[in-house]
Amino acid sequence: MFEDMVTARLYEERLQNEYMEGKRPGFDISAGEIPGELHLAAGQEAAAVGVCHHLRDDDTVTAPHRPHHVAIAKGVDLDRMTAEIFGRETGLSSGKGGHMHLFDPDVNFACSGIIAQGCPPAVGAALAAKKRNSDAVAVAYLGEGAIDQGGFLESLNMASVHDLPVVFVVEDNDWAISMPKARVTTPDDGSKRADGFDMHGARVDVDDAVAVYEAAGEAVGRARDGNGPTLLEVQVHRRMGHFMGDPETYRPEADQEAHAERDSIDRLAARLREEGVDDDELDGIRDAAAERVDEAVTWAKQQPLPEADAAHDHVFTNPPEGVTSDEPEPGAGAAAGGDD
Amino acid sequence: MSSQEQQATGRTATMSDAMVEAVAHEMREDEEVFYMGEDVADYGGIFDSTTGLLDEFGRDRVMDVPISETAYIGAAVGAAQAGMRPIAELMFVDFAGVCFDQIYNQMAKNTYMSGGSVSVPMVLTTAVGGDYNDAAQHSQTLYGTFAHLPGMKVVVPSTAYDAKGLMHNAIRDDDPVVYMFHKRLMGIGWMPAPDGPKTPVPEEPYTIPFGEADVKREGDDVTVVTLGLHVHRAVEAAESLADEGGPDAEVIDLRTLTPLDRETVIESVADTGRLVVVDEDYRSFGVTGEIVASVAEHDPSALEAVERLAVPDVPIPYSRPLEDAINPDAAAIAEAIRTVAE
Repeated sequence: MFEDMVTARLYEERLQNEYMEGKRPGFDISAGEIPGELHLAAGQEAAAVGVCHHLRDDDTVTAPHRPHHVAIAKGVDLDRMTAEIFGRETGLSSGKGGHMHLFDPDVNFACSGIIAQGCPPAVGAALAAKKRNSDAVAVAYLGEGAIDQGGFLESLNMASVHDLPVVFVVEDNDWAISMPKARVTTPDDGSKRADGFDMHGARVDVDDAVAVYEAAGEAVGRARDGNGPTLLEVQVHRRMGHFMGDPETYRPEADQEAHAERDSIDRLAARLREEGVDDDELDGIRDAAAERVDEAVTWAKQQPLPEADAAHDHVFTNPPEGVTSDEPEPGAGAAAGGDD
Repeated sequence: MSSQEQQATGRTATMSDAMVEAVAHEMREDEEVFYMGEDVADYGGIFDSTTGLLDEFGRDRVMDVPISETAYIGAAVGAAQAGMRPIAELMFVDFAGVCFDQIYNQMAKNTYMSGGSVSVPMVLTTAVGGDYNDAAQHSQTLYGTFAHLPGMKVVVPSTAYDAKGLMHNAIRDDDPVVYMFHKRLMGIGWMPAPDGPKTPVPEEPYTIPFGEADVKREGDDVTVVTLGLHVHRAVEAAESLADEGGPDAEVIDLRTLTPLDRETVIESVADTGRLVVVDEDYRSFGVTGEIVASVAEHDPSALEAVERLAVPDVPIPYSRPLEDAINPDAAAIAEAIRTVAE
C-alpha cells in the first residue's frame, strides 16, 4: 500500500510540473504538452489503496474525473495511462479520452468526467457478476459533492434491492470545486445515505490507509460473499485546487495548511516505522516509485501523437455500412439545383 | 444599434463582463430575478459568468447549489412557474444529460401542455464548445440538440455587444431561454479569446431582439452562415481571402437558433448564390442541414453551390491533433469559400 501511495503522490507531483510546461507565462489551459483540464488527487491516496488492495483484476472499478490515484492502486498500465494523458497514439484510449476518461479493460478500470455517473455502470458490472455466479465485485468511486446526484441515489437503491456486490466509495475531500460540503450537502456523514436504502454504511473519519483498508475489507468481503452492497465514506484531503490553474480564492489558507499537516502518507510511514520498517527501506520504496514514475513519463513523451485521420476511428466497434473514416471530398455533392 | 454606433460607444468589455452586466442590471431592477448554479457564488462561475454578483446581491440571490442538476434546474422551472425569473447555470452543456427531463419535458413543454396557462420565464445559461482539448464529455456544442426540441428559445452570442443585449432580452422574456455561451469567447484569463468577441459595449441596458441575424461582414460572392466561436473564424477566413484577392464573403451570425432568422440568410444567398454553413456542432441532423434546407425550400434555384463545415459526427477527441482535425478552423472555412466560389 505504501508503495502505491508514494507512486501516486510522486506521479501527481510530476504531472503538476509537466502540465505547466508550455502554459506559462499567462496560464493557457490549451497550451503545452498536457492539454485540457487536469484534476489531481494528491492527498486522497488512502482511499485508493485502502480499497483497491482488496481487489483483483476481474473486479471492476469506476472512477470519477480525479482518477489517477485509483488507477494506480487498481493496477492500470502506468505507461499507457501516462501516454494517454499526454494525448499520444499509444495511450490507453489512443489519445481519444485523456486524463478524465481512462479505460483499461485488462484490469476492468473505467472512468467518467461526469459527476456520479460512474455509479450506474458499476451497478451493471456487479449485476453481470451476480448473473454469471462470479464472485467478482464492483467499486464505484465518487466525491462527497456527488452524493447529491440522482444517478448515485438511484444506484444505491438498485444495488440494494438486487443485493448486488458493489461498494460505493465516497472520497470526502470537503470541497466540490469551490463549494464547501456544509453549504451544499446534508448530512455531514454521507454514509448515512445508506440508511435510507437498507444498506450497510460506514465512514472512516481520518485519511488513515490502514483504517480504510480494514473498513474496505469488510465491505468488499460482504460483496464478494454475496451479502450485498456497502456505502463507504472516507475522509481525504484535496491538497491542490479542483483543477490545475484553479486560483482557489474561495479556499481559506488555514484549510490548506490543515490538509498539509494531515498527510496520509506520513501517517502510514510512521505506522510502518513503529512496526519495525526502517527508513532505508521506506526510502528504497520511494526511490523505486520515483524511478517508475520517471520511466512512465519519459516513455509517454517519446510516443507519437496520433495522425489527424485517426479522429474518425472508434466511433463504432462495428461501423454501419456507409460510415467511413473519410470526410466527404470538398465539392462533392455541392451542386444543389440552380439553372446552370 | 449599427456597428458604427457600437464603435462610437468607446468602452470595450469581454463577453463575460457584458453578460454579467446585463444580469446585474436585471437583478437590480427586479427582485424576482435570481441566479443559481454550481460554483456561481464564491467562484464567480467557472467561466466568469457570475463574477462579482455574490458581493452585490448576497447568497439569497446568487446561490451555490448542490451538484444535483435535475433538482436545481427543475427548481428553476418551478420557481419560474411561480412567477419568479430564475437564471440557472448548467456548468457545461455536456452535463445536460444528467437533467434533460427537466429541460426538454418540463422547462420546454409546460407552456404548451398547459394550453398556455403556465409560463416558464427562466434562463438556462450553459457553456459550450471545445478547442481546449478536454475530450468528449466537456467539449460539445449541442446547438442542434436544443434548437431541435420545441418550446425553448436558443441564444448563441458571439460578441460582448450581442451577449449583453441578448441577455437583457433573455431575462425579460416570458419563455424559457437557453443561453449558450462559448467558453473560448468569454475572455477568461486561462483560456485566451480571439480578438473578435471583445467589442464596444454601452453601459446602459439595451435589448437585441431574438430572431435577427447580424451581418458581421458584408460581401458579394459567397454567403457564410455561422454562429458562436466560428463567427470569428469565418470573418478571419473572409478577411484573409479578401486580402489575397479571393472571393468576397458575407458572414452572417445567426445569434439565435430559436427563433431562426431564415430571411436574412435567404436574402443573402439570393444575391450570392453560394452558401457555406459552419457549425461547431455535429454535422448530421444539425444547424448546417437546417440552414441549407431552409434556403432550398424557399428557392432551390437560388443555390449554385453549398458546403457544410461541422464536426464530422465523431465525439470530440482529446489529443490536440485529433481535435484540430475535426473542428473547422479559419483555413478550412477559407477553403470551403473558395470551393463554392469556383
